[in-house]
Amino acid sequence: MGKTLKKNPLYLLLFMIPTVAAFIIGFVYPFIMGIYLSLCKFKTPKHIDFIGFKNYLKLVEGGTNTDRFLQSFWFTALFAVLSTVLINVLAFTVAVLLTKNFGGTNLFRTIFFMPNLLGGVLLGSIWTILINGILSVFKESLTNKGIYGLIGLLIVLLWQQIGYMMIIYVAGLQGVSEDLKEAAKIDGADSKQILFKVTIPLVMPSISMCTFLTLTNGFKLFDQNIAMTGGLPNHETEMLALNIYNTFYGTRGQMGFAQAKAVVFFLIVGLIAIVQLKITQSKEAD
Amino acid sequence: MKRRLALLLAAAMLLTSAVAGLSSCNGDGGSNKKGHVYYLNFKPEVDKQWQELAAKYTEKTGVQVDVETAADTQYEQKLLTTIGKDDAPTLFQIKGAAGLATWDEYCYDLTDSEPIKQLSSDAFALKNGEGKVKGLGYVSECFGIIVRKDLLEKAGYKVEDITNFESLKKVAEDITARKEELGFSAFTTPALGKGNGWRLSNHLSNMPLYYEFKDDGLSAANPPASIKGTYLDYYRQMIDLYFNNATVEPSVATGTTVDDARAEFMDGKAVFFQNGDWEYANITKDNALSNDQLAMIPMYIGVAGEENNGLCAGTEAYWAVNGDANEEDIQATLDFMTWLMTDDEATTALADEMGFACTFKSAKTPQNYLDKFNNDYAVAGKTVITWAFTAQPSENYQLELQGALQGYAIKMDDDSWAAVKNAFVDGWATEYAAAHEE
Repeated sequence: MGKTLKKNPLYLLLFMIPTVAAFIIGFVYPFIMGIYLSLCKFKTPKHIDFIGFKNYLKLVEGGTNTDRFLQSFWFTALFAVLSTVLINVLAFTVAVLLTKNFGGTNLFRTIFFMPNLLGGVLLGSIWTILINGILSVFKESLTNKGIYGLIGLLIVLLWQQIGYMMIIYVAGLQGVSEDLKEAAKIDGADSKQILFKVTIPLVMPSISMCTFLTLTNGFKLFDQNIAMTGGLPNHETEMLALNIYNTFYGTRGQMGFAQAKAVVFFLIVGLIAIVQLKITQSKEAD
Repeated sequence: MKRRLALLLAAAMLLTSAVAGLSSCNGDGGSNKKGHVYYLNFKPEVDKQWQELAAKYTEKTGVQVDVETAADTQYEQKLLTTIGKDDAPTLFQIKGAAGLATWDEYCYDLTDSEPIKQLSSDAFALKNGEGKVKGLGYVSECFGIIVRKDLLEKAGYKVEDITNFESLKKVAEDITARKEELGFSAFTTPALGKGNGWRLSNHLSNMPLYYEFKDDGLSAANPPASIKGTYLDYYRQMIDLYFNNATVEPSVATGTTVDDARAEFMDGKAVFFQNGDWEYANITKDNALSNDQLAMIPMYIGVAGEENNGLCAGTEAYWAVNGDANEEDIQATLDFMTWLMTDDEATTALADEMGFACTFKSAKTPQNYLDKFNNDYAVAGKTVITWAFTAQPSENYQLELQGALQGYAIKMDDDSWAAVKNAFVDGWATEYAAAHEE
């Protein structure tokens, strides 16, 4: 059977068709179309006028458009870095605790994982009600200050993602051989040394995986943002994805501009993800 | 054996996809001489009623009518993504002049069509710059301040005591002073939570816009590129009244929603609730409130002569026919519209089941008690305040204004008001330019 498959490329093609077709229809075509539309002006699908790089120029010419985009970028970057660090440190800690031998670890793993199963908008709305309920005691609300929004968003994303990353870390930690740790112990290493010199280098693949996921998630965050703050107050908590969305749907005639922002957004996230992967992978033990 | 199985599976896959392709071909082939109607509806609360009405029409005439519903907030996106398809909606809605500016090139010229002749007034025919009728306003709605009559009486006042801003202010401030004793406040929360500020940014702003348009000879049908904000001080005065006499403090109101406001009104925690006649179904559901507890008064903001104002009445919902559809489908759509506007069964369903105050010659009056006040004011010779806010240049304009109002709620000082003014006046010019950029 294996031989026939290798001999007959027709089979290979036949079985690749569904996936390749889905990839082209669902990703390649929209992606190319998106790049094309970023060079156009359009209100409706009927009249699409090619205008060259005008949309991109609008992004760098200064003024409100540029300021808002930059503000969104810095807020997004701040959020992505904070969430990446916090999620990974906490998820790793929880994973270390839950790979120790005591009862109920499976129960706790399930409990920590569960928030991940809920949708972002739903979570955002529920948490907004909870947070506003508490803040109203102090005559405040979530959208009154940018810092409230930042902390609120962090709480929700942490609550949602720590469980997921924890599962990846648990799998990584279980792969670390007890023999190595025991050998380190016999050599006189204390538990801190074992953690940093033995365990962490060995779970480095999990760490690079998790940082990749959390960093890109942080940058792409949209659901929780639109559900919780909607960018209030005064665009202070508006992240890049929401900024693009508002430009696209909020003002007719600015859709091409929004598309150009989306292309720039893609380049930024892509670049950051590649750099991050290179850095963490270089630290992985062979 | 395995190889045969694989082949069989592959063949089955190909076969099913071929069949799927064929069946969809059959579907497209349905555009026979009778044509077909595809209505994109934007009021989810009446989706079921539309489906039933469409089925009735199909049963009677044999013409296929498909109704698809997109929630109000998703409607424009839905229209944008379906209008370019081969099987695009033949009947859809545009929101006033701003909507027409976007969708004009898709809209069939309705100027001499039968449905337009069935309108009770020309005022509901939406014309483009060239004077062609492109939209048909099918439902008239009104908004103002809904009053809990029973609570107002408990506080020692009658609805008739309120005839202008001064009297409204006097009543509201007296209720606030006795808030603890009475157990309720004057106004519900101004509800400035994210996405909820539209009552202030759209509806209340209709008042300053209405007066400014009147002074300057402007009309919402032909939106201006910029405005002056002549009546903004009155707008502020009214917002201050809302903020200072509401159930919650303004800095907390930034986290509340219109649902919260409605709940307060229904729970008897507030006397006044600024909203429209569409709220009737919500507040009387399961007999929560009864007609004799309700009244509706105009939004008085303090402009001289406002004693003669009625409620704000108009429409934001215009039917438009897809001019790109094939001829049979266009004709079928026009016939369907005419049927909706003239047939006894259809007009009854629109009024009784959907609660629409329709704008047709043969429309039935819906069982909406709040509409009664609109009529009462008109009959008493008061001026019906037309809708000017539909001229607002974009959704972003409204969002920016809501954001600025939210900032004002936190500080309530001149600096934060300057931001509101900026969003109201300068924002108009900016957004108008962005929306009309060539």
